[in-house]
Amino acid sequence: MDWAAWTLSLKLAAATTLLLLPLAVLIARPLLTMRPAGRLVAEGLVALPLVLPPTVLGFYLLVTFGQNAVLGELYRGLTGRSLVFTFDGLLLASLVFNLPFAVQPVQRALEAIPREVREAAWCCGLTRWQTLWKIELPLAWPGLLTAIVLTFAHTLGEFGVVLMIGGNIPAETRTVSIAIYDHVQAFEDRAAGILSAMLVAFSFAAIVLIQFLTHRIGRKEQ
Amino acid sequence: MSTSGLQVSLRQRAPIPLAAELDCAPGELLALVGPSGSGKSTILRCIAGLHAAAEGAIHCNGEAWFDAAGRIDRPVQARRIGFVFQNYGLFPHLSALENVAAALGGLTFAERTARARELLARVHLDGLEQRKPAALSGGQQQRVAVARALARDPAVLLLDEPFSAVDQVTRRKLQQELARLRAELDIPMLLVTHDLDEARMLADRMVILHRGKTLQAGTPDEVMTRPASAAIARLVGLHNLFEGTLVEDGGALRLAWLGHRIEVARVDGRAGERMNWVIPSEGVLLHRQDRPSRGEAENPVSGFVQDCLRLGPFTQLRLVPEGCAEPIAFSVPTHVVARNGIAPGVRARVTLRAESIHLMPWEAPSCGD
Repeated sequence: MDWAAWTLSLKLAAATTLLLLPLAVLIARPLLTMRPAGRLVAEGLVALPLVLPPTVLGFYLLVTFGQNAVLGELYRGLTGRSLVFTFDGLLLASLVFNLPFAVQPVQRALEAIPREVREAAWCCGLTRWQTLWKIELPLAWPGLLTAIVLTFAHTLGEFGVVLMIGGNIPAETRTVSIAIYDHVQAFEDRAAGILSAMLVAFSFAAIVLIQFLTHRIGRKEQ
Repeated sequence: MSTSGLQVSLRQRAPIPLAAELDCAPGELLALVGPSGSGKSTILRCIAGLHAAAEGAIHCNGEAWFDAAGRIDRPVQARRIGFVFQNYGLFPHLSALENVAAALGGLTFAERTARARELLARVHLDGLEQRKPAALSGGQQQRVAVARALARDPAVLLLDEPFSAVDQVTRRKLQQELARLRAELDIPMLLVTHDLDEARMLADRMVILHRGKTLQAGTPDEVMTRPASAAIARLVGLHNLFEGTLVEDGGALRLAWLGHRIEVARVDGRAGERMNWVIPSEGVLLHRQDRPSRGEAENPVSGFVQDCLRLGPFTQLRLVPEGCAEPIAFSVPTHVVARNGIAPGVRARVTLRAESIHLMPWEAPSCGD
């Protein structure tokens, strides 16, 4: 069993989820009050990773954060590390690639809160931040949960972007999906089969967990 | 301009046109009445700070909350308003107590809880503090919303159709509670409603709105019996709206209508002037069929009964005067209908009380009114 690949994948999924969730809230909340034209563009940008081939996304990330790119150099100057073929780069790519999986459920959940509830909070003297923290986020909890599970499960299965940005360095950028690819290339069908089955089982469990918790929260609120 | 109470002047073209002027004194309950889309709720939202009109100003107790010219627009949190929304806007994940406590910022947890309990007791919800909104009836939810609106010790209380989401019986009960509660409050209170009876019952004054414009303000009796124009008469649902011309008759001005010379107690106009006139149902008196009675010399009008609609102890009659297509509507006790043999097609006579006739400047009926 390739435990290093599992550890790396789980670490990447956890870090992506943790960083992306607050980011998703910060992106989704202003979308609610944006003018229709701006909203259309913003929603399009957020959804882009859904339709782009991972290789295209990976290519642009390489161009933007590569050795000779301004942002890549800036990052290296600040941290002393490179963004290409490292865990940091993998995480950044993962954040971009998972954006729609986190933003969209949060956005839908925030949209479902009646306007009167939000305005009543303001009329009660709550600031916009207090309203977000005390009223909107507790009510958008099923959406947040969906975002967490989808991001986590999707990160585990990521392949194209990981390969483009991270390459295949054991314990640094070799995730489970890359390991499966390696095993298949080396005709190690049994090892590839075990890893694939585990990934399927994990993803299925994640989806079931989402549905279970969403129903439970829904029932509790009634 | 008075510095106490609320003064509102708003103008905008879109999204809903507004040309509204109104004021409300401390302790006064002002009803904003008008059909759907007349801008009632938008005005409340402007006062609350949830919407900014293009032009105008809102002053409360001398403080400028909004002044388009002076670029003043205090945020909703800084306006100290109590707002009861149409569907209450309760926080579904919080208990009744927590809903009220949410509006009690700046206090310790213990103080907040004690004050929230007090407010819930004031609206007769003691014992239900821990229930979430979904576990409360419509009436109870409305009471939580009222308690929450009062929690901030508001400078203005805004009620946006607060009785529209409950059944008739609960509505009557809540209306009585509001009538009692308002007597204890010394702040301006604005009630948005499309129900004229509700406005008549609860409000000290009412403002009639149409397409965002304030058409008339006055006590409910003034507006309902002396509308400033035919358009207002139609908006407040007055039935007996006719046209006539003022004529000189025996040294006094009378109203020429269908060949009658109608005597009017209060005339404001010149001979030859075309007028709209209205008479409330209670100003129309049915003559007895068998023998003449007192007061029959006053503006007698004959016609045929078009229909009789029995509504419990009263029957609504429509009498089409000779030479007129529009009927006069009025109510009489049901036993009077039976005693006088009144039925559709029967000829009958009524008196139009000179005291009850109200004249208005003539205006052509507009489409969509």
